[in-house]
Amino acid sequence: MAGPRRKKYTSGEGAQYVTRATAMRALQLSLKDFRRLCILKGIYPREPRNRKKAQKGATGIKTLYNKKDIRFLLHEPIIWKFREQKTVGRKIGRAKALKEYSEAKHLMNKPVLIKLDHIVKERYPTFIDALRDMDDCLTLCHLFSTFPSIRHIPRDQSTLCRRLMLEFMQAVIYSKALRKVFISIKGYYFQVEIKGQLITWIMPHQFSFEPQTKEDVDFRIMSTFVQFYIVLLGFVNFRLYHVMNLHYPPRVRRVEETEGTDLVDKMALQSERIAALNYPLVSTTTSIAEEEETALDKFELDGNEASKMEKAYIEADKIQKLKTLFKGMKVFLNREVPREPLVFILRCFGAEISWDKKLFVGATFEESDETITHQVVDRPQIERQYISRYYVQPQWVFDSVNARELLPVERYFIGAVLPPHLSPFVDESKTEAYHPPEEQQLFSNNENENEEEEEITPAPPKITTKEVDVSTKSISSIQKSINDSEESSSEEEDEEGDLGPEALKEKMKMKMIVTPGRMEEKDPFEEKKKEREEYKLREKMVHKKHKALYKSMMKGRALRAKDVKVLTKKRQLIDQKKMLKS
Amino acid sequence: MVMPELSKKRKQSSLEKSQLGDEKKKVVSLKDVVGESDDLISSLPEDGVVDSDVSDDSSEDEDEPVDEDEFNEDSESEGDEDLNSEIDSDELEWESENEEEESSQESDGDPEKEDAVEIKSKNGIEKSKIGLRKEGVPGTSTQPPGEDEYAEGDTSDEEDIRNTVGNIPINWYDEFDHIGYDWDGRKILKPEHGDQLDEFLKKIEDPDFWRKVRNVQTGQDVVLSDKDINQIKRLESHKIPDEAFDDYAPWIEWFSSEVLEMPLRKFPEHKKSFLPSKDEMKKVSKYVHALKMGWMKTRKAMKAKEKKEKQKGPQFYLLWKTDDVADEMRRIENHIPAPKRPLPNHSESYNPPEEYLFNEQEMRKWNRERKSLGNKKLHFVPQKFNSLRQVPAYKRFIRERFMRCLDLYMCPRAIKMKLTIEPEELVPQLPSPADLQPFPTTASIYYKGHTDMVRSISVDPTGQFMASAADDGTVKFWEISTGRCLRTATFSGTARCVAWNPSSQMSLVAVAVDRKVYLVNPRIGCQDHIDQTDELLDKRPYQDKVTPPRVEAAVQWEYLSEGELHEQGVLIVLNHFKEVKQVQWHWKGDYVFSLMPDGENRSILIHQLSRGRSQTPFNRARGLVQAACFHPTKPYFLVATQRNVRIYDLVKQEMVKKLITSSKWISDITVHPGGDNLLIGTYDRKVLWFDLELSTKPYKTLSLHSQAVRSVAYHKRYPLFASVSDDMSLIISHGMVYNDLLQNALIVPLKRFSCHDKVNDFSLLNVTFHPQQPWVFTSGADGNIVLYT
Repeated sequence: MAGPRRKKYTSGEGAQYVTRATAMRALQLSLKDFRRLCILKGIYPREPRNRKKAQKGATGIKTLYNKKDIRFLLHEPIIWKFREQKTVGRKIGRAKALKEYSEAKHLMNKPVLIKLDHIVKERYPTFIDALRDMDDCLTLCHLFSTFPSIRHIPRDQSTLCRRLMLEFMQAVIYSKALRKVFISIKGYYFQVEIKGQLITWIMPHQFSFEPQTKEDVDFRIMSTFVQFYIVLLGFVNFRLYHVMNLHYPPRVRRVEETEGTDLVDKMALQSERIAALNYPLVSTTTSIAEEEETALDKFELDGNEASKMEKAYIEADKIQKLKTLFKGMKVFLNREVPREPLVFILRCFGAEISWDKKLFVGATFEESDETITHQVVDRPQIERQYISRYYVQPQWVFDSVNARELLPVERYFIGAVLPPHLSPFVDESKTEAYHPPEEQQLFSNNENENEEEEEITPAPPKITTKEVDVSTKSISSIQKSINDSEESSSEEEDEEGDLGPEALKEKMKMKMIVTPGRMEEKDPFEEKKKEREEYKLREKMVHKKHKALYKSMMKGRALRAKDVKVLTKKRQLIDQKKMLKS
Repeated sequence: MVMPELSKKRKQSSLEKSQLGDEKKKVVSLKDVVGESDDLISSLPEDGVVDSDVSDDSSEDEDEPVDEDEFNEDSESEGDEDLNSEIDSDELEWESENEEEESSQESDGDPEKEDAVEIKSKNGIEKSKIGLRKEGVPGTSTQPPGEDEYAEGDTSDEEDIRNTVGNIPINWYDEFDHIGYDWDGRKILKPEHGDQLDEFLKKIEDPDFWRKVRNVQTGQDVVLSDKDINQIKRLESHKIPDEAFDDYAPWIEWFSSEVLEMPLRKFPEHKKSFLPSKDEMKKVSKYVHALKMGWMKTRKAMKAKEKKEKQKGPQFYLLWKTDDVADEMRRIENHIPAPKRPLPNHSESYNPPEEYLFNEQEMRKWNRERKSLGNKKLHFVPQKFNSLRQVPAYKRFIRERFMRCLDLYMCPRAIKMKLTIEPEELVPQLPSPADLQPFPTTASIYYKGHTDMVRSISVDPTGQFMASAADDGTVKFWEISTGRCLRTATFSGTARCVAWNPSSQMSLVAVAVDRKVYLVNPRIGCQDHIDQTDELLDKRPYQDKVTPPRVEAAVQWEYLSEGELHEQGVLIVLNHFKEVKQVQWHWKGDYVFSLMPDGENRSILIHQLSRGRSQTPFNRARGLVQAACFHPTKPYFLVATQRNVRIYDLVKQEMVKKLITSSKWISDITVHPGGDNLLIGTYDRKVLWFDLELSTKPYKTLSLHSQAVRSVAYHKRYPLFASVSDDMSLIISHGMVYNDLLQNALIVPLKRFSCHDKVNDFSLLNVTFHPQQPWVFTSGADGNIVLYT
């Protein structure tokens, strides 16, 4: 027996989603507050599998949220905070309208504070999850830390961003977690590895703030994001410091106590010292446990696993080397060099750094110090040079980190034309993409090293060449012998006249010579052509269902190949021009 | 119940009063005047003279406590002239009011004077009485005659007392003679006002007329005093009514925070108020204790703490106890983490390799695409700087970050499975063509000779010779192995089709030229067979049946014994009524059918050689017939119309099957020698393989060609089939049919040839296999025939 007819959209796709308008009505929030709530709680619209069903038959595109997400939001305590804020706002407005300024001031001095701790925990169940999602957080915080005081952004937000970013960078320096760096036209990319998670963020170039039009950028939305990110970053910093046995609001080692005695604001000095990134942090434990790096245990594995393990060992070794890349170096930064990124990188890999005293707090030695090994300079020439040190351009630091070894400094001297700066984030294993010769060089350099290590074992390709040699030799020897025989026969011909019939027979026999057979020349292209033809016919048998997909894939491949071709061609032309010039 | 009587009496007395014709002059209270008639006020003369006396008087009234005696005297002295007449009336009233009480008085001879005297004498006592029982006694009754009760100024209290009807619309009493009742329940009669003439006269005579106002409550005229008029004027001009009031008098402080001249309360403070409160003491001690213990903080301390906290910023603590153990709590369901932004490649570098920089063309393209919404390869222009100090801040950085923020909270997310396969994996794995040999691999012989397109070719059953029909009207007979043209037969018209008789005993070829089908003895090969054929088809056999007119009209047999055509080898000519497109022999060689697409229900004719007669198998046309063929093993006949293929049983004379091709236009049809499979070529570029055992729909649709397929063919022995198309290609495929019913046919395309040129959009027209060898012939629009071995 069939039951009563079921209504449409009461189950399945149609019952899973709600539109934004419905969600807002259910939550009794304005669009502004709903947006804030979504940003803070990390709720986002979903793409349904079948849009028409999900929209209950409505055409057009609507913003759809998971019904469960909205139901989850219903119990959120910060919604009440929003409502409180609204009422306080109204009260302030009222007081202003009645010209009760003292009342308005009183209300404004007691803003409704929204605590987001529980949301951080809820959005990121584990610390690892939080680390995985740090990219946007760090980039935005770094951007905000460069902002002046502007409308729609709370006054203390940018200072807090700066403080937290510096704390994070200090933690990275302490743990030597930096892996890759890159100077892009957008800013400095840094990639760090914390707990096995790769975090990449961008530090904008100097003076990155520019007033934006209303249509371009809504700072309120960004500020809401930052409101959450600040809390997240704070908790992440706290845990990082805690794990590393450091004091959480970080404390730097007092270098010269006397310096700060007659200062009014000691706190400011302290924070500036942290900002200098040049002082070591104070640990909570007195005994300094010196980097007890756990080396990878070696297991006996076979086949594929073994090769993987081997790769892992090599990688670990390289990273170990990278961590002490600049150790023992004493670097002085000229004043035109961007201080923060360079100090961050150099300190991460163990260099000692200083700069002009007047530039910023935290200079540790003078320019005239004779023990300085490198000086980073970014100007065409310099008046007074010391012989005892190298003068290099900043790109040397970045390239050395990416190459994981100290590159020769010759190409980076003052006024030298710099070699191209390559991105370390390009996947070398992708054969389809274009790789410029510089990259291949860099790659082959590393390979060569490996080969040098492996030189003890005889390389199989060499054997084959030898074999080839042998074979050619043998052929030539055969030819020689044949020639010899011919010569001998001609010699014998001379003696033709005085020979009997037997001799003649023999001679006839001798005449029946075997000329060396020629190898049948196989056209290498023909084989390929044939294969190609066969493949083309086979291509036509692709199932109807996959035909469109196959076509699009092939099209994409062709486009990529074309790109590579264009780049290679351009490169060739450039090289030719250079050759002609020189 | 007494009231009506009283009223009657009152009426009488009022009548008496009216006779007297005197008017009562009373000062109406200000309130009444202002409240009731604005007209009155407006009618007042603007420059009304203020009577100084009256005003003085009133001021006296206010300032000084009024002595009763003095008051009396004043009233007496002042009211002398004005109120003389009034006294009378009052007296009268008095009289009338006292009627009930002292009716005996009426009987007195001259009561007026006596009463007046009496009251005068009583005046003192009466007044005092009024003071005591003010409310109980109506004013009028207590009014001593001869005195104006309003002389000392109006007090509204008294006014209200006069009439007891209350605050009602006075027009309710319009019908009556009275206007209410006094305190004793007696009627207050309406005073006599006289008619309009009287009024007018009064207006002229009375100098005070303008200041007279009628009291609605009592119905009497009241003369406003100068003081009143002054007050009214001040009110009208929005001034404080009292002239003497000083707006700007200095404020006298009696009781404030500084001055305590006068207490707020009359009685002195209670004794208790001088003792400290026990309750408060308890509270205070509690607070002190809390402060001592640190449970409570002073406001100052609190503020300092708040400030300190604010300075410190947000407080962080160890939120996650471990790295990877999640606490149980409610979270968002099926969370899809946002994808990370792709990492930069070399082109984003501040100093990229030079090939990444845009040249002019690329720059133009980038500018063109900048505003489009589509996916661009790069969202920025690569730039090269010679040194780091020259690198400026990136202008779109904030905007890019903002867009990322928008993506994070607004972009709908879904998990999409990404294909990790290579496109090669989609291509089916088929056996290698090398394993499926033999099949033709090279084009070996070109048969050249025709001057126009060769529409049809046919190979002789022994595999030695081949016939070809061309548009130039010639049919050429070739020796296959040498490529030599042995004979040429010329006809007038276009030779559309040629078919070699499959019987090995016969040497006969059917040629379709326009409306005629010639049966030609090519006279090549075995001489016995040639002679035998000539003999057999010498003359028409005896017709035992009369040919139906339908058939007769469609085709006529003509046996030739001489003439030019006979010289060429033509034995029989079949004259058709429409153009013949195709001829084909039955595998036994006795039957041949001819196909006329325009013939409608007679588009197919089957001719029997041994009997020398024709048949029309179908009575009804089922669409435009495109192609037809005999079934190789069964007495079936297959007819392909534009879209469908119908299979008829010729013996049972019924339709066996209808195949649905789902293509638009069929071009050619051929049957596998096994009889169970069918190949159909269509003009919409497809080759359809039908398995008759399987279904009426194609088992496989092969889209091997890129243009219309012209012809398809099966090999008789090898598992091969071939198709030719307008895209200048011949494709030879392996088509293995298994005897096992469970195993479907295996189809593998083997080889593609392209040996013919394109002429007027035609290239290859026909394909035929060699009967024994794995060879294939194609004929093309360029007039060539090619053999592939």
